[in-house]
Amino acid sequence: MSEGNVMSEGLRIQREEEYGAVEKTPRLSPPLTKPEVPSHEPAAGGTDVEISRDSEIFGQSAGRRRSRNFRSKLALTLCALSTVIVMVPLALILFYIVYQGAGALNLSFFTSLPKPVGESGGGMGNAIVGSLILIGIAAVIGVPFGVLAGTQLAEYRSPRLSWVVRLMSDILSGVPSIIVGIFVYTLLVLTFKQFSAIAGGVALGILMLPTIARTTEDMLRMVPDTLREASLALGIPRWRTITSIMIKTAGGGIVTGIMLATARVAGETAPLLFTALGSRTWPTGLDKPIASLPVQIYTYAIAPFDAWHKQAWAGSLVLVLMVLLLSIGSKIFFGRKMKRAS
Amino acid sequence: MQGANPLRRRLGDSIFTALVFLAAFTVIILMAMMVYELVRQSLPSIEQFGLRFLISRDWDPINNIYGGLPYIYGTVVSSLLALLMSVPLSLGIAIFLSQFAPRWLRSPLGILVDLLAAIPSVVYGLWGIFVLAPFLDKTVEPFLIRYLGGIPIFAGPAFGVGLFAASVVLAIMITPTISAISREAMLNVSRDQKEAAQALGATPWETVRMSFLPLARPGIVGAIILGLGRALGETMAVTMLIGNVRQLNTSIFAPAYSIASVIATEFAEVTEGPHMAALIEMALILLFITLLLNLAARLLVQKTGSRAARFKSRS
Repeated sequence: MSEGNVMSEGLRIQREEEYGAVEKTPRLSPPLTKPEVPSHEPAAGGTDVEISRDSEIFGQSAGRRRSRNFRSKLALTLCALSTVIVMVPLALILFYIVYQGAGALNLSFFTSLPKPVGESGGGMGNAIVGSLILIGIAAVIGVPFGVLAGTQLAEYRSPRLSWVVRLMSDILSGVPSIIVGIFVYTLLVLTFKQFSAIAGGVALGILMLPTIARTTEDMLRMVPDTLREASLALGIPRWRTITSIMIKTAGGGIVTGIMLATARVAGETAPLLFTALGSRTWPTGLDKPIASLPVQIYTYAIAPFDAWHKQAWAGSLVLVLMVLLLSIGSKIFFGRKMKRAS
Repeated sequence: MQGANPLRRRLGDSIFTALVFLAAFTVIILMAMMVYELVRQSLPSIEQFGLRFLISRDWDPINNIYGGLPYIYGTVVSSLLALLMSVPLSLGIAIFLSQFAPRWLRSPLGILVDLLAAIPSVVYGLWGIFVLAPFLDKTVEPFLIRYLGGIPIFAGPAFGVGLFAASVVLAIMITPTISAISREAMLNVSRDQKEAAQALGATPWETVRMSFLPLARPGIVGAIILGLGRALGETMAVTMLIGNVRQLNTSIFAPAYSIASVIATEFAEVTEGPHMAALIEMALILLFITLLLNLAARLLVQKTGSRAARFKSRS
C-alpha cells in the first residue's frame, strides 16, 4: 500500500507532462525525476488509471486508493474465477466419460466385433485395430516427410524458401481437418474408386506433417552449433553430421513432437468419414474401407439405440485414454529431456 | 571418415539434400494442390451459380439448385457466439496464469487447460448430445427465454440441440487455443514493462492493463483469430450438436446447419454431379476463410514472437 502512495506521484507527473501542468502547484515540489516511459508504451492507457488532478503529493485520497486496490482485487478474482469456470466442463467431461464408459467396458469390448442392433454385447475390437492401422499408415507418411522438412528448415540456409515452407506448414496446420479429408477424397478415393485404409492414413499423415516439421525445426535449432561445427571439422560429411549428430541429439524433442502429432490425429474423425469410411468387420486389406474408433463413436452416438450409446461412451473412454497417455506421456518425456539438457 | 572417397561423400550429401528439399517442397505442393483440387472439383457449381451461391437459401438435390446461405450463417453465428463466450474467459485464464497465479500452480493449471485441447472433437460431441444439450434444454434456455425472451435472439422455444449448444461446446474447445497463445504473448512482454508500471505505483491490475495488454495486443488478437479459425472449421462436435436443420432463424436456440456439418453429413452419400460440386464449393469457401484468418493470425502472433501458436491451432 505504502509503495503505491509514493509511486503514484510519478504517474501524476507524467500526466502533467502530457496534458499540461495542473494549475495548483503541489505544496512540496517533487524531487522525483521524470520516469522513463518507453516510447511504445501507449500513453499510460489514457483513461485506465484515474488519478485526480488535484490530488496532493503522496496524495490520492484514501478512498481513491482503496477503490484502485479494490478494482485490482476484483480483476484478480475474476481472472482466477475464469480459470475455475473452465475447469468445470473439463471435470464434467472426464467424469462422464469414466462414469458412463467404465460401466460398458469389458474384455469383449476389445476383442469382439460390433453386434447388429438388438443383440446385446459386442465390442469395437475392429475399430481399435483399425485406428491403430490408420495411425501406423499416417506415421509412415507424416514422420519421414515431417522430419526431413523440419531438417530443411533448420539446417539448410535458404531464407526465402524456408519462409515459404514455414508459412505453408503453419497454414496447413490451420486448415480444417474435414477439408483435408475432401482433398484426399478427390485425390485418392475418386481416382481409385474405392474408400480405403490407405486414403484414411494419408489424410491423417497430412495432418501430422506440419506439427512434426515445426517441432523438428525447433528441436534442431536447440542443438548447440558447436556440435555441428566439431563434426564438420572432423571431416564428417554433412548428411552424416545431420543424421547421426544433429537429429540424434535432438531425438528426444523430435519424438515428443511425433507423439503429440499422433495424439492429435488419433482422435480425428472428420477426415476419415469419406476416406476410410468405416466398416463392421475386421480389417481385410489396406485397399478396403476400415473401421476406426472415432468414426465408430460418431456413428453410435447419433444412432437411436441405447445399447449403442453405451458402447460409444466406452469407445470414448478408450480413445481419450489413448490420446491423453500419448500427450501427457510426451510432455513428461520432454520435460525430463529438458531437465537433463540444462 | 577422413579418408572417405570424395565422390561417395558428395553423392551422399547430394542425395540427402535432395530428399530434404523434396520434403520441404512437399509442404508447398500439398497446399497448392489442395486449393487447385477444390477449385477444380467445385468449378461446375461456381460456374452455374456464381455469387448467388453465397446468398441463396435453396438446397435442392432433386432439381440441382444450390445455395449456401444457411450453412454460412450457421457457421459464422455459432463461431462468433463461441468467441463471445470464450474470449473473456480465455483472457482471464491467460492473465491469471501469466501474472497472478502462484508460481507452483501455473504449470499444473496450464496443463489442465491444455487437456481440453487434447479431448477429441467427437467426444465433445457425445458429451454434448447426452449431457450438455439436455442441461441447456431444461435449465439454461428456459431461464434465458423467460427473462430475455422479448429479444428475438433469445426467443423460444428451447430445443437443447441447436446453435446455442454448438456454440457452448465450441467455446470450450477454443478456450485452450486462445488462452495458451495469449498467455505466451503476455509472457513475451519484457519484465521492464512490468517493473516500470509497478514503479509508477500501478496496482497489479493496472500493470496488466497498462503494460501487458497493450504490448501483447497483436499476439492476443492473433490468438483470437486462430480460435475463430478453429471454430469455423470444427466439424464433429458441431455436426452432433447444431441440429442439422437448414433454416435461418433469428433465435440462437433454434437448430441450424454449418458448412462443415453439411459436408460431414451429406458428402459420403453423393458420388458425383452438381451436388458434390456444391458441397466442395462449400469446402472451398471454408478453406479460403480459414487461410485468410490463419495468415493474418500468424503475422500478428509473429509480431509478438510467440512460438506457441503453431502447436495449438489444429481444429
